[in-house]
Amino acid sequence: MTPFLKPDFIRPVAIGAAIFAALAFLPSLVDSYYMSLAISVVSFAVLATAWSMFSGPTRYISLATVVFFGIGAYTVAVLGEVMAFPLVLLCAGLAGTVVALLVGFSTLRLAGVYFVIFTFGLTELVRQVVSWYEVNVTREMGRYVFLDITQNDIYWQLLALFAVLLLTGFVLGRSRLGFALRIIGEDETVAKHCGIDVTRVKVALFVLSALFMTLTGAIIAPRWTYIDPVIAFNPMLSFQVVIMALLGGPRRLLGPLLGVIPLTLLFEVLTASFPNHFSILLGCVFMVIVYLLPGGVVGLYEKYRAPKKRTLSTDTETTRKSGEKTA
Amino acid sequence: MNTEILLSISGLHKAFGGLIAVNQMQFDVHAGEIVGLLGPNGSGKTTVMNLISGALQANEGKVVISGKDITNLPAHKISHSGIARTFQLVRVLPDLDCVENIEAGLAYRTNPLWGDAAHSAALELLDRIGLAKQAHTPAGDLTYIDQKRLELGRALALQPRLLLLDEWLAGLNPSELQDGIALVRQLKEEGLTIIMVEHVMDAIRSLCDRCVVMNAGAKIADGTPDEVLSDPEVVRAYLGDSHA
Repeated sequence: MTPFLKPDFIRPVAIGAAIFAALAFLPSLVDSYYMSLAISVVSFAVLATAWSMFSGPTRYISLATVVFFGIGAYTVAVLGEVMAFPLVLLCAGLAGTVVALLVGFSTLRLAGVYFVIFTFGLTELVRQVVSWYEVNVTREMGRYVFLDITQNDIYWQLLALFAVLLLTGFVLGRSRLGFALRIIGEDETVAKHCGIDVTRVKVALFVLSALFMTLTGAIIAPRWTYIDPVIAFNPMLSFQVVIMALLGGPRRLLGPLLGVIPLTLLFEVLTASFPNHFSILLGCVFMVIVYLLPGGVVGLYEKYRAPKKRTLSTDTETTRKSGEKTA
Repeated sequence: MNTEILLSISGLHKAFGGLIAVNQMQFDVHAGEIVGLLGPNGSGKTTVMNLISGALQANEGKVVISGKDITNLPAHKISHSGIARTFQLVRVLPDLDCVENIEAGLAYRTNPLWGDAAHSAALELLDRIGLAKQAHTPAGDLTYIDQKRLELGRALALQPRLLLLDEWLAGLNPSELQDGIALVRQLKEEGLTIIMVEHVMDAIRSLCDRCVVMNAGAKIADGTPDEVLSDPEVVRAYLGDSHA
């Protein structure tokens, strides 16, 4: 395919590859405290970017991130000692894909707040089902994850996953599928009348996004040594991911990253200093972001840049309209 | 006049709860014809358009295009069978620029265009509908008439056999109206078949080969514009008994 040989494709990919290659040397530069922080940053970066890949263009707010993350983690806990780790990852990916397909086909016809509530309820449902299974079938709540995987291995795997995700997102942004998703986000009715099979496109992207979330959970599981349903399916994670993506700006590929870095550091400070008030502070952060930065950091940047560019080509009506939009 | 039947509607019925919006509607559209769909407000014209284009599902009846039954297919499949539409309340993709709005019509049709081919086809089409200068303006920043043009351009990008125009000429000033009428006439000369819901009488008289008039969900007249506009039943529907 010729589009992949153009300089505007090769250049960003080459720059990205160089940055990731440099980041791979981080473990030899810093101690294990900072490595642990780096793992948090990269894992949130994958989750928030994957979340935005679907929710950014469609504006469907999903609170199901932790469902897939937890499925990944649990797959490792169950299969980790039975088979080789790459095979475990494969199984986790399959499990995440199947659940995402089921959820996608049954819920993506729901609109707006119903979808949000459903995805939130799904977290609770999956956690209860896993708990029920552990109590009634295996008769053992909680599992140990003893795998021969070091902190650095986890970091490298997450970094590779993030690189693949960004490349996928970049290719998607220039593909018909990615364009279809943007049209759906703008006006679903128009999308249908343009010949787009709206349900299929949404499900495809939902599954792709869920696959990356599942793999993140699977890769990070060995870090915990012990997991139970309450740890693996903690709804707090879904909210954190949404906040990060919204702070950064979910409609640009690198937008979420701008939210992930400051917020992971902030959450680190908050959990260390105010462990008992974390939820309240998280809620405050959420409100501040939604009120003050509805378009995220990226939106803020575009807002101050765009009017200058536009007034060159159009009349005063432009400024009136963009004023209305931001109001 | 070509006598081949392009679209055939029979026994079409749609109720919203207890309200019957379309009642046993029946009419044919010949290839190359412009058919005006008239009637007082609330008579079910837009509902008929929505049933043809797949935006709504019919309770009963059939919609057949070129012998192919498309009743109650999902909207994207109906679009693939050669029917494109505009909306009564104009719908553009506001954050995308004009080129992208047209590409939306090009990229998912039966013989899709993508990449450079789509870009140059979009520019060509924008030139044709008079929006070449606004190619990179976000659609939401266009004036009302330009948004209408853009919406028509997106419908044409689908290369339809049948175009549904839902009050596309409404709200234009007199000179814009003349431009609009000329544009629709040009489409007809290129062989496109059109069904238009319209209230602007000048446009109906100068463009329509035939008119179907609806009242309270049912067809009350079918004929040339002059015939139907002098039909006592039609006058009664619009103006009440005392004028008939």
